[in-house]
Amino acid sequence: MSTRHLSDQKTYQDFVKGHRPPRLVFLHSVRAFLVGGSICLLGQGVQSLFVRYANFSIKDAGNPTVAVMIILSVIFTSLGVYDKFANWAGAGSAVPVTGFANTMASAALEYKRDGWIGGVGSNMFKLAGPVVVYGVVAAFFVALIRYLILHL
Amino acid sequence: MPRIGRHTWKFEHPAYVVSTGTVAGSTESQGPLGGTFDVRIQDDYYGQSSWERAEQKLFEHAVKIAMDKGHCSDAAVDLCIGGDLNAQLTGFFFGLRPFHIPSLGVYSACATITEALAIAAMALDSGFAETVLAGSSSHNGSAERQFRFPTEYGVQKPPSAQRTVTGAGAILLSRKPTQAIRITHATIGEVVDMGVKSPWEMGAAMAPAAFHTIENHLTESGFTLSDFDCIATGDLGKIGHAMVREMLDDAAIPTDSRLTDCGVLIYDFNQPEVFSGGSGGACCSLVTFGHLLNQLASGLWTRLLVCATGALLSTVTVGQSESIPGICHAVVFERV
Repeated sequence: MSTRHLSDQKTYQDFVKGHRPPRLVFLHSVRAFLVGGSICLLGQGVQSLFVRYANFSIKDAGNPTVAVMIILSVIFTSLGVYDKFANWAGAGSAVPVTGFANTMASAALEYKRDGWIGGVGSNMFKLAGPVVVYGVVAAFFVALIRYLILHL
Repeated sequence: MPRIGRHTWKFEHPAYVVSTGTVAGSTESQGPLGGTFDVRIQDDYYGQSSWERAEQKLFEHAVKIAMDKGHCSDAAVDLCIGGDLNAQLTGFFFGLRPFHIPSLGVYSACATITEALAIAAMALDSGFAETVLAGSSSHNGSAERQFRFPTEYGVQKPPSAQRTVTGAGAILLSRKPTQAIRITHATIGEVVDMGVKSPWEMGAAMAPAAFHTIENHLTESGFTLSDFDCIATGDLGKIGHAMVREMLDDAAIPTDSRLTDCGVLIYDFNQPEVFSGGSGGACCSLVTFGHLLNQLASGLWTRLLVCATGALLSTVTVGQSESIPGICHAVVFERV
């Protein structure tokens, strides 16, 4: 007794592939596009409110708008809503500000029982860390290339 | 001779099931088997300050319930064998702090419970113990934190993912032949690695081990599929279950509705975020002690093969791009 599906790893990988449920790429892309766009639209609305009612210039309204989006993301993360929303929305929920705030807030929540220093302090950047590292590295090289192009 | 094959033991003095204790998490309690668990908790923190402490409490209570139902104090238990998914088996050992029982922690990932049952039955058969406890636990929160992401992190999981079961199950076994259900055989699995690398495809990683153990069990024990009323794998989920079924069919071991999976049984697939089904150290113990043994006790079934399956990954091995080996140990329960 034996099965041909386990004759070697390659055969088995093909067998696994045959059983892998299809991912609804098109549906998920549309959903991510709409949700990501809606979050950005919300941000635009907040910015317009700052410009219209708080007399900010369009440029200056950027910072308080980002702060509001961060607070909203942190509140919904803390209420246990953001992860469920993200499971449905997919990449749409990863739009920079709210997605980044969620990685920080969720890690901070998870490790608060391990103390302020060894828990929250050392783990808060667990998920956000790579974004910061590669963001800075990429920015350095882009700046370097720009400098070389303009000065040589 | 108790050993009847390279993998299979037949116990001269079977281990008799005295009682079981099951404590199920909130999602598991709302599932189709909710009514079969002794305690159904509403809050997965279970009154504790962390997921890890909650898991310890779940195991402590499952042990307490099994002993209470068996009218047995900790002083009368000769040995406790079990484990969980947490590093250093803290769920098991910390959960046993209130009791004074000689204890052995064991690990085969989600196949821990059948490993514990096999060793428990061996200890009873050899006469080294008269009464043995075995059990396992898992917690969705502590497993997410250790193996995946913070629980509130927003990420989309693929449909092949599985939900780690929150709960704990314990069983009290005795050498005294006063009970109706007993463990007669155990088949110890080999480590089987077919090169699956994705930690989101644990059903596919474990299915080959389940196939090998079922095949070895049937060859060495002399049983055929028709000798069993049910063959339950541990936590292959929908996908792994379909794969093991196809492999058995291909090996001329035709399966029917007798072949099932604890990870498929524990949830209703309309429940949110259950994906391909349940997994975790408590998946097999909750379903076996809560539901499957009831089918034997009620007289509906006479023989049951439980094949808990474990994916032997750690965060380190996944980080270093190693493939995921699987293991599966099986035990036979039968009604006298």
